[in-house]
Amino acid sequence: MADLQPPVLLEHVTVQYGKSAALRDVSAVFPAGAVGLLGPNGAGKSTMLKSLLGFIAPEAGHLRVFGLDVATEPLSIRARLGYMPETDGHVPGMNAVTFVAYCGELAGLPRADAMQRAHEVLYYVGLGEARYRNVETYSTGMKQRIKLAQALVHDPDLLFLDEPTNGMDPNGRDEMLDLIRDLSHNKGINVIVSSHLLPDVEYTCDHVIVLDKGRVAASGPIEALKGAASRVYELRIKGDLPAFITRLQHEGMVCRETDEDVMRVFVAGEPRDSGGDQQRICTLAREAGVQVRHLRPSVPTLEDVFARAIGEP
Amino acid sequence: MSPVHDQSYARYQGTRRPTGHAWAVIFKTGTRQLLGRRVLVALLLLAWTPFLVRCVQIYFAITTPQVTRILPVDVAMFQRFIDNGFQGVLSFLITIYVGAGLIANDRRARALQVYLSKPLGRMEYIAGKLAILLYFLGFAVILPALLLIVMQVILSGSLSFVRAHPSIVPAVVLASAIRVIVPAFAMLALSALSTSTRYVAVMYAGILFFSEAMYGVLSFVTGSTGVAWVSLGANFDVVSDAIFGQPPRYETPVIVSVLVLAAIVVVALSVLDRQVRGVEVVS
Repeated sequence: MADLQPPVLLEHVTVQYGKSAALRDVSAVFPAGAVGLLGPNGAGKSTMLKSLLGFIAPEAGHLRVFGLDVATEPLSIRARLGYMPETDGHVPGMNAVTFVAYCGELAGLPRADAMQRAHEVLYYVGLGEARYRNVETYSTGMKQRIKLAQALVHDPDLLFLDEPTNGMDPNGRDEMLDLIRDLSHNKGINVIVSSHLLPDVEYTCDHVIVLDKGRVAASGPIEALKGAASRVYELRIKGDLPAFITRLQHEGMVCRETDEDVMRVFVAGEPRDSGGDQQRICTLAREAGVQVRHLRPSVPTLEDVFARAIGEP
Repeated sequence: MSPVHDQSYARYQGTRRPTGHAWAVIFKTGTRQLLGRRVLVALLLLAWTPFLVRCVQIYFAITTPQVTRILPVDVAMFQRFIDNGFQGVLSFLITIYVGAGLIANDRRARALQVYLSKPLGRMEYIAGKLAILLYFLGFAVILPALLLIVMQVILSGSLSFVRAHPSIVPAVVLASAIRVIVPAFAMLALSALSTSTRYVAVMYAGILFFSEAMYGVLSFVTGSTGVAWVSLGANFDVVSDAIFGQPPRYETPVIVSVLVLAAIVVVALSVLDRQVRGVEVVS
């Protein structure tokens, strides 16, 4: 854990599937700690993780993990990695403790140590009582947990978690997020969480890298990125919405519609005086002939960062 | 307040093995799992029946020399032991029972991404799986053949037979090894092509029976056994005849059969290289 270099480094990486590029000249630095890999479906998140594991060879560029080149030293890298895949994956015909111990042995642990750690890790992820059950009989949530257990059993320095809360019920999801946060913040394990669920990333990670169409759209500490979103207001109006949005944009404000009929308005620049922004918005609404039904200050969220990064309206 | 699960996770303080041993872990775990199946144990025991029969033959040949006129103990006997149909059927069944699911089951359960995210290469994974099949086939085919020579020495109380036929040990090892290695590679490649164990078993049986049927039709049409290279079983016989220095049963040149068997292994390796990956190959 005393590595001085960043855990993961990508330099001008391009990955193609046939004619379509999944990653386009991507350069990124993943700092130590918990990093979220955000992006819509098809943005290249899973491709990036699979490239870092050495499953996919890039057409161009270099990938480094703990300073080691993925192309030349994949085994040394994978000895220090844990990977929780997005899709279900288990060795058939085994109960949980045998499966996890087997994964530990494959990762280089002596048999006795692997078995001991399998028990410990299964308790840690909440499968202690179900550890003698065949993995094939597990529910979706339990399968997510066992995927985390097999990734953890050899005590990796870096964890790749691909959509770790997929298919989990709300309680299970909260527990999984607590585990991820605990691993990265209390256990000293670097974590990369690939997800399209912004709240998951916001809860577990300190840094974020936003991917869109195979390119890095934004990256940095979450708090800094949220700060860059300036002041935010929630707004609900009645009237000619497109005309009002045009007027706001003309004034240098950025608008984003949400699912709940509430518009988020971002005001850049230094605040003039207390309530100044609200007054400006109301003035513009009056000029556009719309009624303001709801207006209140909000706080920048990761969703705002994400929307801005991928250019969502 | 620290959560309860804090108590159960600690960083590992022990020593890890260097990379390069994972194939042995796959082999040991795979054989342990399979040995728990009664059907396989029954097949393995059954595969030793010809060995017992030949031991009785050797015993009577030594104690009652007249028996050697009907059932001689010579190089041809050892060749027949390896080439016999009963042994062939059992090794066919063991190949299917053990081999069909080796990679197919992993593909069905998407286990390849789990395996290959650990510090082991694709070839190491293939080597581990291949070792499982070779182990069981070796137990059923190579080991009895070698032990039969040992039994001949023990029952006769002298090394005269082995001294008179110095090539018998390498011939037995080589001929039986070919009968183990080629089907093992072929089966493993077929197992990598599908996610269904049944489909793999049917494909393997189909290829064997189809090649035999093809040979039957072609030899009938041409009136020659020179087309024996289309049959997998006949290729083994051609190579076996050459190894034991026996009169050839087919007109196919040895080199052709050797090339056919080698081609099967090369194609199998190519299929394995393409199919065993951490990500699905979608063309």
